[in-house]
Amino acid sequence: MALEIEFVSPFDVAKDFAAAVQEYTLLAGQSVANFFRRPLYMADMVQQADLIGVGSLPIVILTGLSVGALLALNAASTLQRFGGITLIGQLVSIGMVTELGPLITGLMVAGRNASGMASELGSMIVTEQIDAMRALGTDPTKKLITPRIGATAFMLFFLTIIADLLGLIGGYAVAHLIFGLNTRQYWTSVWQILVFRDVFTGLIKPVLFGFIISTVGCYYGISTRGGTQGVGRSTTQAVVAASVLILIVDFFVTKLIFAIFGYR
Amino acid sequence: MSAPTLPIEKSASAITSMSNYAIEFENVSIAFDEHEVLNDVSFRLNHGETKAVFGVAGSGKSTLLKMAVGLLKPDSGRISVLGEEITSMNEQQLFELRRRVGIVFQESALFDSLKVYENVGYRLLEEKTSPEEIERRVREVLRFVELERTYDMYPSELSGGMRRRVAIARAIITEPEVLLYDSPTGGLDPVTSNTIVELIMKQRDVYKTSALMVTHRLQDAFTMATHQFDQATNQMVLLPKGKNCDVPMSFLILRDCKVIFDGDAHQLAASKDDYIREYIS
Repeated sequence: MALEIEFVSPFDVAKDFAAAVQEYTLLAGQSVANFFRRPLYMADMVQQADLIGVGSLPIVILTGLSVGALLALNAASTLQRFGGITLIGQLVSIGMVTELGPLITGLMVAGRNASGMASELGSMIVTEQIDAMRALGTDPTKKLITPRIGATAFMLFFLTIIADLLGLIGGYAVAHLIFGLNTRQYWTSVWQILVFRDVFTGLIKPVLFGFIISTVGCYYGISTRGGTQGVGRSTTQAVVAASVLILIVDFFVTKLIFAIFGYR
Repeated sequence: MSAPTLPIEKSASAITSMSNYAIEFENVSIAFDEHEVLNDVSFRLNHGETKAVFGVAGSGKSTLLKMAVGLLKPDSGRISVLGEEITSMNEQQLFELRRRVGIVFQESALFDSLKVYENVGYRLLEEKTSPEEIERRVREVLRFVELERTYDMYPSELSGGMRRRVAIARAIITEPEVLLYDSPTGGLDPVTSNTIVELIMKQRDVYKTSALMVTHRLQDAFTMATHQFDQATNQMVLLPKGKNCDVPMSFLILRDCKVIFDGDAHQLAASKDDYIREYIS
């Protein structure tokens, strides 16, 4: 079989990209508007919350603990040189609550759930189940996408809090067991360094990341073409796009919050 | 093989609508990425009539069916279903109309994460019908397609023919005025195909449902044109002599994106077109 290489003009690529952004925006907008339209599929939302939230708990616990411990371990070697080992709690606290907690949880859930959503909806597309749903008088964006958005944003908020807490515990374990830092000293510095801005930053991000994960996962799922191979392609693209978008949005949200509240 | 009875109180629901035609296509065209699928297609489906749609693979038969229920919008032309023009309707308006139309997809399109009773009773579940009523009606239609035993099973546990019959049960549970069948007997053994043809015939002759039936199997359509459903014996019987093909059954043949034949069995048999003669031979 001869291998055919097809050259695509940059204009076509740009046009396809613009069309995809337009479709994604419309889908996301419509899905959010569905929160204010009846019927609201609460049972589906609870089911998704269980799948996304409870299902992601083990991986979030594991990564939260590891990241907190690693953060403490890496910071301690530098801090020790300047005699500032007591600052380890502050460093872990700021790092986990404002940045690493939401980011790592977002990326983990993106890997697990954006792919799950893309493959599930993609399979429904190729087996005509979405068409069947429309033919049976049900709006698939209401039934399938809106519950996933609500559930992901809601559960990622709590998963991030859990990841933050476990990161702090991981950091404490390293600081106390390896570097002999006093328990009260660690937790006092953890608590005292945090200001409203840090907590606000750390809790607004997971809601945005949850929105990105679910809308990107659902968008790639619902726009699947080309059978089972297409499902695989959508799944991969969903994870990559969601992860990249999370990193980009994370940067701009952090910058925006600094602009609003000022630098520390 | 006899088809079981469906104790639906309302029969002949199809003739309740006041519109002239159950489905009407007027100069409908559609293309996907510059690839023309249907070009200037016009036809009408009368109330109570079943129209078999033929054409080679890729001739736009399934596309035509999807346009009839508003799942695809034509690039040009006008489509009316039960007297309502659907081409200008938005998705919300279409959801209302689709309650009066049932569709059986080519590969059944059952929801694989739902059990058979949830699939069949999907519309009733969405309409928040009482659980007792849902169970009663689901069991009725499952009995109609001879699959009551599959009530609690998942679609993956069913054979292809059983899935097709469950899909028919799902389509008819709300007693739609129009039914759309996409290759209902495709890939099935002759016995199962016959059962499904009998079910479709029963919908036509007993419940007077209008239907578009996309098929590759000419013999299924000819069986439907030469037989009628006998309620007394609860099975299909050959039409008596002299009443040959005297049933509300017609044929539509697509070729090269266009309709090349639209008529009844007599007209089809009398056609002089070489392609049609070759097709039906």
